[in-house]
Amino acid sequence: MRHSRSYMIAIHVAAIVMAVVILLPFAWLIISSISPATDLVSAHVHWWPAHPTLSRYKAVFSSSGGGDNVAANFRLAMINSLIVAGATTLISLTVGALGGYSFARLRFRMRRTSLFTFLAVYMLPPIALVIPLYLALANLHLLDSKIGLILTYCSIVTPFCIWTMSNYYLSLPADLEEAARVDGCSRLGALVRVILPLAAPGLLTTAMFGFLLAWDEFLFALIFTSTSNAKTIPVAIAEFTGKYSSDFGLIAAGGVLAAIPPVILAVLFQRFIVGGLTSGAVKG
Amino acid sequence: MSATGVATAPRKKRRARVGGKGEARFAFLLLLPAILVVFGVVLYPVARTFVISLFAVDSPLPGFYPFVGLSNYTRVFHDPAFYGVLRNTLYFTLVSTGAELVLGIAVALLLNAPLRARWFWRSLVVLPWALPTIVNGALWRWIYNGQYGALNGLLDALHVSSTPVQWLGSPFLALNMVIVADVWKNTSIVVFFILAGLQTIPTDLYESARIDGASAWAAFWRLTLPLLAPSIAVVLILRTIEAFKVFDIIYVMTGGGPASGTQTVAFYTYLQAFSNQLFGYGAALAYLIVLAVFALAMVYLRMLRQGQMSGVE
Repeated sequence: MRHSRSYMIAIHVAAIVMAVVILLPFAWLIISSISPATDLVSAHVHWWPAHPTLSRYKAVFSSSGGGDNVAANFRLAMINSLIVAGATTLISLTVGALGGYSFARLRFRMRRTSLFTFLAVYMLPPIALVIPLYLALANLHLLDSKIGLILTYCSIVTPFCIWTMSNYYLSLPADLEEAARVDGCSRLGALVRVILPLAAPGLLTTAMFGFLLAWDEFLFALIFTSTSNAKTIPVAIAEFTGKYSSDFGLIAAGGVLAAIPPVILAVLFQRFIVGGLTSGAVKG
Repeated sequence: MSATGVATAPRKKRRARVGGKGEARFAFLLLLPAILVVFGVVLYPVARTFVISLFAVDSPLPGFYPFVGLSNYTRVFHDPAFYGVLRNTLYFTLVSTGAELVLGIAVALLLNAPLRARWFWRSLVVLPWALPTIVNGALWRWIYNGQYGALNGLLDALHVSSTPVQWLGSPFLALNMVIVADVWKNTSIVVFFILAGLQTIPTDLYESARIDGASAWAAFWRLTLPLLAPSIAVVLILRTIEAFKVFDIIYVMTGGGPASGTQTVAFYTYLQAFSNQLFGYGAALAYLIVLAVFALAMVYLRMLRQGQMSGVE
């Protein structure tokens, strides 16, 4: 179908408007992170710093930890976030890839009911779990620990992994296992040696979503953690935003660093996101 | 699809009859780790929240607390503050979901149009979605800053207004500005869903509509929108559930203020339990949220099930 010239111009203008609306806030985050403090709190807004500075990034990466040093706390919180989100993803993906397979390929009683029960858990509002979990973790001495957070996150991310993986297995040809079993594989052997390697793209995409879910989580981390022992990056940023609302440069630097892992993952996996989300699951 | 469906259906049935028991045992073994991980952590709190909601628990320490039956629940309905936060929540849910839907459909149609370098424009939409919620909130709080914020600076530079506005300074304005920040980030999700829906519409339908003399506008209302209805319904419910649970962005942007004008039900629950230490009352509020979310989730699951069936059969 041929399109008129004015139509082509109109849609490209609209696309540019969209790009500006999306990119301006991002640009402002980055510009604020490299603007000297005097530029950020001057009577007129400085759209570009006369003397850009990377001092805040240097401070985050090199200042010595402990106490009230916010830059060092951002670094420790980033490390905590990486550990917690990484471990959560690893556990949930392993457990979810196995469980998802039985929903996709095996027949058993209550199959549909149990699948929807897992999904219902995923939809539970965190505020409904947080009060007793807080009391329970306090009794187990797991408050302010990475293990406590990982345990909690796994219970949310696992149902998600089960759901997306079971949808992915359904998209694979059904005869594969039978062929493998004719060749003498056990059920488990067929799953591990034949199906899982073929499901690698699904596993990767599910891992990305799981990582983003854990990386973004806030309420549990806010309530369960209190020191740089386990505090994650969203908690560190929110806390600092509340305390020193006008010193935005350092918050912006922390925000840029916190945004880098999810943005890179999302751009890399871009063409899988639509499929992953619309197969019946959603992030945030 | 239909050919393979016919061919595999009888075989599946036979397999279920022959290998039934071993298959069920294998399924259970594969599911066991997931059951332990999920229900080991979740089941206890869900049951426990209900128990706590029946007692006047006012400290995180274990101890003896008086049993108060359902009075924590009846108290919710006699709490004037609760009606205020309920109104805020409904307003937030309605306006943010509505705006995200309209904008999301518009952007999805744009990204489905014959743009040059379409992959580039599509990857832009991924960015706000990937930005962590807390960073998004902190960023917009800074943009709205009354003294040094970029929004006032922009309005000044464009000669729209030179008197600085305290965007988060009055209750109703603050609520709307939080909604703008939420819409900026979450419209992307609607775009993903609608884009996926658009790709299932065969292009020859548009060809024949054009031959029949329908304008692009008429084709949108009579063809695109009705065919998108399932995608719209799914994303509408998912966004409504999320908006109903909203907490993070409120916490970081306004802390519920000013004058509790941006407090939502989830935020109010958090305050009651963790600031006022009224764990019993907080648990009752939490259970009411669960009921509301579950009602919405049931609708969603039913639609999903219908979608799955029509997809399979």
